[in-house]
Amino acid sequence: MPPRPNRPVYLDNQATTPLDPRVWQAMVPFFTEHFGNPHSAEHAMGRFAEEAVETARGHVAALIGAEPREIILTSGATEANNLAIKGAARFAAARGSARRRVVTVATEHKCVLESVADLAAEGFEPVVLPVRTDGLLDLDTVAAALDDRTLLISVMAVNNEIGVTQDLAAIGRMARAKGVLFHSDAAQGAGKIPLDVAETGVDLLSISGHKLYGPKGIGALYVRRRPRARIAPLFSGGGQERGLRSGTLAPPLVVGFGEACRIAAAEMLLDAGRIADQRDRFLDRLARDVPGIVINANRTRRIPGNLNLTFPAARAADLMQALPELCVSTGSACSSAEVEPSYVLRAIGVPDEAAARTLRVGLGRFTSPADVDYAAAALAAAHGALAAKAA
Amino acid sequence: MIYLDANATEPLRPEARAAVLAALDLVGNPSSVHGAGRAARRVLEDSRESVAARFGAAPADVVFTAGGTEANAAAIHGLGRGRRVIAGATEHDAVLRAADTPVLLPVDHDGIADLPALERMLADGPPALVCLMAANNETGAVQPVAEAAALCRAHGALLHVDAVQAAGRIPFDLRAAGADSAALSAHKLGGPKGAGAILLRPGLHLPALVSGGGQERGRRGGTESLPAIAGFAAAAHAAGDASALAELRDAAEAACVAAGAIVVGGAAPRLPNTTCLALPGVRADTQVIALDLAGIAVSAGAACSSGKVARSRVIDAMGLPDLAGCAIRVSLPWNATASDIVAFTEAYARMAARLRSPALAEG
Repeated sequence: MPPRPNRPVYLDNQATTPLDPRVWQAMVPFFTEHFGNPHSAEHAMGRFAEEAVETARGHVAALIGAEPREIILTSGATEANNLAIKGAARFAAARGSARRRVVTVATEHKCVLESVADLAAEGFEPVVLPVRTDGLLDLDTVAAALDDRTLLISVMAVNNEIGVTQDLAAIGRMARAKGVLFHSDAAQGAGKIPLDVAETGVDLLSISGHKLYGPKGIGALYVRRRPRARIAPLFSGGGQERGLRSGTLAPPLVVGFGEACRIAAAEMLLDAGRIADQRDRFLDRLARDVPGIVINANRTRRIPGNLNLTFPAARAADLMQALPELCVSTGSACSSAEVEPSYVLRAIGVPDEAAARTLRVGLGRFTSPADVDYAAAALAAAHGALAAKAA
Repeated sequence: MIYLDANATEPLRPEARAAVLAALDLVGNPSSVHGAGRAARRVLEDSRESVAARFGAAPADVVFTAGGTEANAAAIHGLGRGRRVIAGATEHDAVLRAADTPVLLPVDHDGIADLPALERMLADGPPALVCLMAANNETGAVQPVAEAAALCRAHGALLHVDAVQAAGRIPFDLRAAGADSAALSAHKLGGPKGAGAILLRPGLHLPALVSGGGQERGRRGGTESLPAIAGFAAAAHAAGDASALAELRDAAEAACVAAGAIVVGGAAPRLPNTTCLALPGVRADTQVIALDLAGIAVSAGAACSSGKVARSRVIDAMGLPDLAGCAIRVSLPWNATASDIVAFTEAYARMAARLRSPALAEG
């Protein structure tokens, strides 16, 4: 076993990312001195907060090639996904649209699957598409699901467990041709891979602050203006965010989110190159010391910061227990306390018995060579010890 | 800038600031099972216990949200299913717009809900959800929540209380009030923006408005905003009651009345930090702008979407239409000082003298 690190080694960057120190710097004055309510346009303190919010909105928009007024700030990607899916369906139904089918994918985040499922009670028809064993959608399957009964299709940009990137541009073209609204949950994609709303053709796109080195409690929904994507709010009130999301905005969180998006736009490609190097270094060592380890899902169409690994001879839960200094996970954070095997792994055909031997390793902007060296050596040593005990 | 717009948002309390900054250093997602996740979870659950204890709920019955608006909306959407909604006429838009067609419960000239009318409404019709705010955001009027709760219980109705303005300023306790649910906002009691909570009576089921992920026992999906929630709990703990502010508020009121102001809702029991001052014949927006230029932040009502200063719906509902377009809200923050009040009353007197001069009034 390698020497213990002096702090936990955090390799769970799909659950949440550490706050970038530059984001922290930008946020803190808004917690302390600039406490105005950004909707208090009547006095100087309110207007100062409002200006900061609008600058930040511009950074969020720029990250995805959108206009600032197409950005609706929410409390996070879960709320944005709920707002997009339920909001689009309810708006269309209220306008008398005959389209009732809401299409999504088996490997989507729980909040997308639940939002789609919730709509069944309101008279909509949920359709959940399967994926191939490499985690990618078959475009013929998508095409078959899109017709004049289809209201919306929701496909995530990057999967949170297995890291694969779907071909949004192709799906966007198909959706547009059939008059179907296209939503993408880009919580794991924004700031990690280039995502442009024109190129992908999305009508609605969800982003999360805390997945791109920003704060928790903030996210956004992109809502296309031309041609206009129409949605109903999840809830009403003071009418903030163009009536689509009422409630006082939190300037510290918005400013932090904006700064995180600004940094991501500038540094995304540098991050990706460095993270890919660390991943390769980690994988080289681990594969050498743990023969038979399997990388799940597509090897090339993926973000560099994610590895989903099935170990040959030890259970994931036992590996995690043996390595308290290493923060990795068995799946999405939301359901990581569950004993059920990951539905994402099931969807790509990983047997439950192998899923129990599977870990998600999430590298990020602040992952160092020393971190991955420790992780590879520690996982190999723990795996060896557990395998020997079992034998 | 002298800040007297606390009902729009309170300045952050130092205890909340410390808690926010400490939580910002925690890396983990509270739902993760590894060490970093468990450390985050610990702060989340400590915060939940603290908020629960402060406002008379069990920890399991506290659902964290992004703020007061979402808390009101989720409670009313969830508890109002299959019920007709009766809402006080002076409720916040977050409440009035959460139900499709709420029936309005009238208030008197001081903004206090008409309980005999409520009893008649409850006696007549299917099961209801009643929404009554603990204290009004514009006038500070404190509603008879416990009495309303007793009526609701007697008639099989549920009572939801928007306690956003009351919590931390006057005693509020869900259990003692006998209400079924309540909405709280962190930034109205000296915590950060971006956190709020729903408090529920034990055993009351709440379907999710924002679904997915299973957080908050399935009642609100999404990774919790840990720093904001930690700051919320610290602020809730620090906010005792604001009764000491009443003396400053009363001094301000007396000086403004001497300058020509009328106190709106002054005969009602009120929040100690709030006064609603009408200057007959002078538009509210003119007053607010004049005070802003004098370095004093007040408002003409709720700080919401438009930024436009319109007539006060609340004062209209109180049956005082002549005052609805010419009232400002002065709300003292937890850290208001006597010298703030002196500066405000001097500026107010100058403004009143200038704007009420006959030449201008006729122009």
